[in-house]
Amino acid sequence: MAVANSIILLMNNVVEINKVSKAFGSHVVLDNVSLNVEEGENIIVFGQSGTGKSVLLKCIVRLLEPDKGDIFIEGTNVLTLRIKELNDIRKNLGFLFQGAALYDSMSVRENLEFPLVRHFTFTDAEREEKIKSVLEKVSLEEAIDKMPSELSGGMKKRIGLARSIITEPKLMLYDEPTTGLDPITSKEISSLILELQKSLKMTSIVVTHDLLCAEIIADRAIVLNEGIVQHEGTITELTTSRDPFLRNFFSHEIVEEQNRRNNV
Amino acid sequence: MKNSKTKVIKRNSIENRLTEFFIMIAGLWQFQLQFLKQVFVPPYEIDQIRKHMDELGIKTLPIVSVTGFIIGLVITMQMHPVMVRFGAEAFLPGAVGISIVRELAPVITALIFAGRVSSGIGAELGSMRVTEQIDAMEVSAVNPFKYLVITRVFATTFILPILTVYVIFIAFVGSFIAVLLVQNMSYAYFIDKVVSSVEFGDAIPGVLKTFVFGFIVGIVGTYKGYTATNGTEGVGKAATTAVVVSSLMILIFDMVLVKVTLWLWPTV
Repeated sequence: MAVANSIILLMNNVVEINKVSKAFGSHVVLDNVSLNVEEGENIIVFGQSGTGKSVLLKCIVRLLEPDKGDIFIEGTNVLTLRIKELNDIRKNLGFLFQGAALYDSMSVRENLEFPLVRHFTFTDAEREEKIKSVLEKVSLEEAIDKMPSELSGGMKKRIGLARSIITEPKLMLYDEPTTGLDPITSKEISSLILELQKSLKMTSIVVTHDLLCAEIIADRAIVLNEGIVQHEGTITELTTSRDPFLRNFFSHEIVEEQNRRNNV
Repeated sequence: MKNSKTKVIKRNSIENRLTEFFIMIAGLWQFQLQFLKQVFVPPYEIDQIRKHMDELGIKTLPIVSVTGFIIGLVITMQMHPVMVRFGAEAFLPGAVGISIVRELAPVITALIFAGRVSSGIGAELGSMRVTEQIDAMEVSAVNPFKYLVITRVFATTFILPILTVYVIFIAFVGSFIAVLLVQNMSYAYFIDKVVSSVEFGDAIPGVLKTFVFGFIVGIVGTYKGYTATNGTEGVGKAATTAVVVSSLMILIFDMVLVKVTLWLWPTV
């Protein structure tokens, strides 16, 4: 019965992180972190700078190797996979990096077709249609032949997002998707993420400091502190908590958010 | 007291530099092994190799043309009075030809190529590393080592010999102009003298060693860029150290290859 329950649990959880630890030298960044993300869920990861939020995302896709623990994506332990099998998993996930990480030497079109050319057998016409459709989703059809250096910060984020979703991944990981953007663009990007998540039925893990972004996107949130998941709940539960750490953590964010709302 | 403190700091600094140097050599060795391990595994990214060869060739053509012409001109002007002193004026084209083909053109082209290309590769890949473009490539299930490193190393390895052959011809043009300035000689006579003096055993080792030099330029540049850390400072460091290390390695390998080629293709 217990085995059956755990199988059902594994099947519902798109991502399951079990007691993952990661240290850089003597500095422990993640200490037995566990987290389950259910299918279709949008989960926000909060935490102060340097608490391992981005490290956690990079461990999930194995850009970094955890020191111990297990990470399951759709029931497969990615930490035990060989590179070819790991790449099969990676083809079904998207990752939006903090700086968008667009390939500087390629135009927007080349950036978008990069994963398509390598992993799919689309005809030229089908590929072109996909590129145009994804650019339409992020409202940047006119940028198709531009180089990344000709784009603004917000546009880069949108194109980065377009590149991540062009393969229609089931799981999306966002590393600070609204950092460095003005409040209006930040709200637009957050709404876009939610819209895409609903239309493509994706599961998302979002690392952010932006409370407005979190309020728009989140089903649930966790707070990482000193290498562990210290708090978990809905955004309202966390922001209205009487816990001294959370009050201290969110007080600054709430003031910032109020300022943003005034601006918006 | 102050002196002993200064000595300790100096010793630590030397120790750190030596440690860094040996770590770099070990890293470069491992990087090269990874290259050999992955180079024969598909996909081969032929289009990328061709693209890099075109870019590198076009990028370095003007500077190697000027360098080749000047080498030919200067070496001929320098050698002319010496040959006159020994009464061997007629041997001038042959002596210049052998110097250019065996040593000057391959090594100087490789050094110019290292300065122009190795730093460019180091800076480009370094910038891709610190802005997470290489991570993005890896997450999208594309092997960045094959796409970025192997293609560039292939391109440098095969474009440098082509550039060297071109530089040899340009250097002969420079040399002929210098000969015309100091003595009366027809172009046909000059070419005849060069061709009769420069043997197969002179041309082949000169060109063959540029494959090794090209590989050095590619592998050092990509290694420095691919493993860059510490943001923009790391990118600058990758670019400058790539030039220093590849130039030094070209000269060291030249020393070894001279011995090897003389053994394989004896001149006497």
